Amino acid sequence: MVAELGHFALILGFVVAILVTIVPLVGAYMRWPGWMRFSETGSNALFLLTVTSFGALTYAFVVSDFSVKLVWMNSHTAKPMLYKITGVWGNHEGSMLLWVLILTLFGAMASWFGNGLPPTLKARILAVQASITTAFMAFVLFTSNPFLRLDPAPLNGKDLNPLLQDPGLAFHPPFLYLGYVGLSMAFSFAVAALIEGRVDAAWGRWVRPWTLAAWIFLTIGIGLGSWWAYYELGWGGFWFWDPVENASFMPWLLAVALLHSAIVVEKRESLKSWTILLAIIAFSFSLLGAFITRSGIITSVHAFATDPERGVFLLLIMGVFTGGALVLYAARASVMEAKGVFGMVSRESALVVNNILLAVSAFIVFIGTMWPLFSEMFFDRKLSVGEPWFNAAFTPIMVLLGLVLPLGAMLPWKRGKLGRVALKLRVGFVFAVAIGALFWAVQTGRSSLGPVGLFLGAWLIAGSATDILSRGRKGEVLNRLRNLPRADWGKAVAHAGLGVTMAGIAGLIAWEQEDIRVLKNGEQFDIAGYTIVLNGVEEVQGPNYLSTMGDVTLLNGTREIATLNPEKRVYPVAGMPTTEAAIDIGFFRDVYVVVGDAQVGGGWAFRTYYKPLANWIWGGAILMAIGGALSLSDRRYRVAAGARRTPSTTVGVAAE
Amino acid sequence: MKWLSLFFILWALPAFAVQPNEVLSDPKLEERARDLSQGLRCLVCRNENIDDSNAELARDLRLLVRERLVEGDTDEEVLDFVVSRYGEYVLLNPTKGGSNVILYYAGPGMLLLALLIGGLYLRTRARATPEGSNSLSDDETKRLKQIMGE
Repeated sequence: MVAELGHFALILGFVVAILVTIVPLVGAYMRWPGWMRFSETGSNALFLLTVTSFGALTYAFVVSDFSVKLVWMNSHTAKPMLYKITGVWGNHEGSMLLWVLILTLFGAMASWFGNGLPPTLKARILAVQASITTAFMAFVLFTSNPFLRLDPAPLNGKDLNPLLQDPGLAFHPPFLYLGYVGLSMAFSFAVAALIEGRVDAAWGRWVRPWTLAAWIFLTIGIGLGSWWAYYELGWGGFWFWDPVENASFMPWLLAVALLHSAIVVEKRESLKSWTILLAIIAFSFSLLGAFITRSGIITSVHAFATDPERGVFLLLIMGVFTGGALVLYAARASVMEAKGVFGMVSRESALVVNNILLAVSAFIVFIGTMWPLFSEMFFDRKLSVGEPWFNAAFTPIMVLLGLVLPLGAMLPWKRGKLGRVALKLRVGFVFAVAIGALFWAVQTGRSSLGPVGLFLGAWLIAGSATDILSRGRKGEVLNRLRNLPRADWGKAVAHAGLGVTMAGIAGLIAWEQEDIRVLKNGEQFDIAGYTIVLNGVEEVQGPNYLSTMGDVTLLNGTREIATLNPEKRVYPVAGMPTTEAAIDIGFFRDVYVVVGDAQVGGGWAFRTYYKPLANWIWGGAILMAIGGALSLSDRRYRVAAGARRTPSTTVGVAAE
Repeated sequence: MKWLSLFFILWALPAFAVQPNEVLSDPKLEERARDLSQGLRCLVCRNENIDDSNAELARDLRLLVRERLVEGDTDEEVLDFVVSRYGEYVLLNPTKGGSNVILYYAGPGMLLLALLIGGLYLRTRARATPEGSNSLSDDETKRLKQIMGE
């Protein structure tokens, strides 16, 4: 009954979505206020209906209603409640419903917070958002209905994939989708502005918070996924350049580019045309991501409901929205003439360089991800493009980005002198070089990756600190820092976060140590200055799994630091083993222990890693997200949301 | 507890990739073997290298690589041998030959193109004359400064 209610709410939502697409567009064209205002009520209704639908599905999972096929396939009565709930989106159908929920949430939020928007623009934004919602509701209803019933209902379910029964991964999809789908808002703003025929500084200011919010969520989502891979997959890899990972990374890179180019639109009324294009492309890459993940066209580690029919549907959605937006863009590009004038050396130019590097890096990830497909289609060569290729192709661009970032971030608008900025940064630069040189001297006979990465990290952190300290005009330093706008803090924290992540990645890859051996009870060995003692291995029963658990003591010299319990679990219902690594987490290093099989001659296989700076990778991601949140909370956005900054746009001035 | 241990025997699936008995005694050779395995795709898995994979076939391939290394093959000879057996699909770092030229030069090419377009754009902005009410003429700037008392 509840499932039917959810299904019905979704169908009703589909009808409402069609109305919210059409009515406000007509209203905005004819200047009928009532029809335009319908976009607001409609967006709210759409959100409520989707909440009802999603709530119904969640209820079915919570009470383990196995007459719903999806619940039967992805849940089990013995599963902890947390994973019953997260199981809602741990599958194709449920995750698409979550996608729709977030689409409508963003639409509703735009209607709540968009009071400062000109009515026609607002109506058009909500209509475009509703059109995306229509497409995805149709996708859910016609190809991926989560509410299908089973008769007779089975007694118990098939359990959720045990790899997904983990806090890190349980919350990975919602954040990721908030990011992916959040970019739909930038897309809707871009398309609405194109229909309106008007892109100005105010538009840049309005679109930025949405992009920023999407980017923050995407950062957290990707960070969670990477952290999960690190501790769950059993060898501590954090990034594999897998197609599905790339599918989330490309929108991230483009969202970073979009954030920065929207600043130029806002402050200088330049780069408008490019920013609109970027907003369209960024969301298209989100759609491409959905297509890659769910069509099965490219093989990936993440086996996730692959079905050609769904693939075709998603390809169609991607084609219609990207193609339509690009046609509109081509038709309207002429209305977006640049106004600002600036010198070759200026903040504007630096942001152009930022956009070039980020867009090219996204392109590199794109070509590497799609090449196996293209190669097979056009050249009949079946080949793979993997980690070594991506590392070699992608890293140089990021090194370039890291090198120029502190300089660009401090250049003044309009016209600047590189020499003057360089002078301010000289202390930071010397500091960074010293750090790099120190690690170069300490390490023996290895690659230059570690020192270069630490140099870049130190350079970015020192650059951000210099930037903050040089801001403001007069007065005591502390006083000055307190009065700095949050956006300035946000910028510095996010840039420093990038430095921390770069240092972490380089340190981990360059100085990791590994040990593989058979250990018997009471035996010990040394790795990277630590001693590891195996006390024993026993078998333990968990709520819905069986575990082989090792008992290991970690010593530094003779001092005991930690007791570690690496596990190997088997989930009988799902019929899958998982490894649960035991990690002693530290600021400068992790010690990572994995237990393997019992050996024929007695003892157990053990794999142990010393992982320097591992946590810096996610620490940096957290800093980036915090930086974004600081910027988002800046007063200027609230002011922009509350007050109408461009009164002239409230009357009909669109270039129709 | 009896059924439990029985269960574990039935479920004795390999928990991780490189097993202790695979490791070569010569650390130099072992390091080369690890480097090579990281560039080889596990054919029955989805996008995993054989070094990380715990599949049976990946293990066979790891042992094959080590066998060749012990017999004195160079890295290239090992890769050529593996490719001759399994095709170029097995290489995670694709060769530079033939159509793959596009793959290798697309990135740098795009960077050059973008820098060129970006540079041209910046030049037009630098040369453009300020227009509209946004900017002030020299006289206006001077007057503004007077008013602001600078």
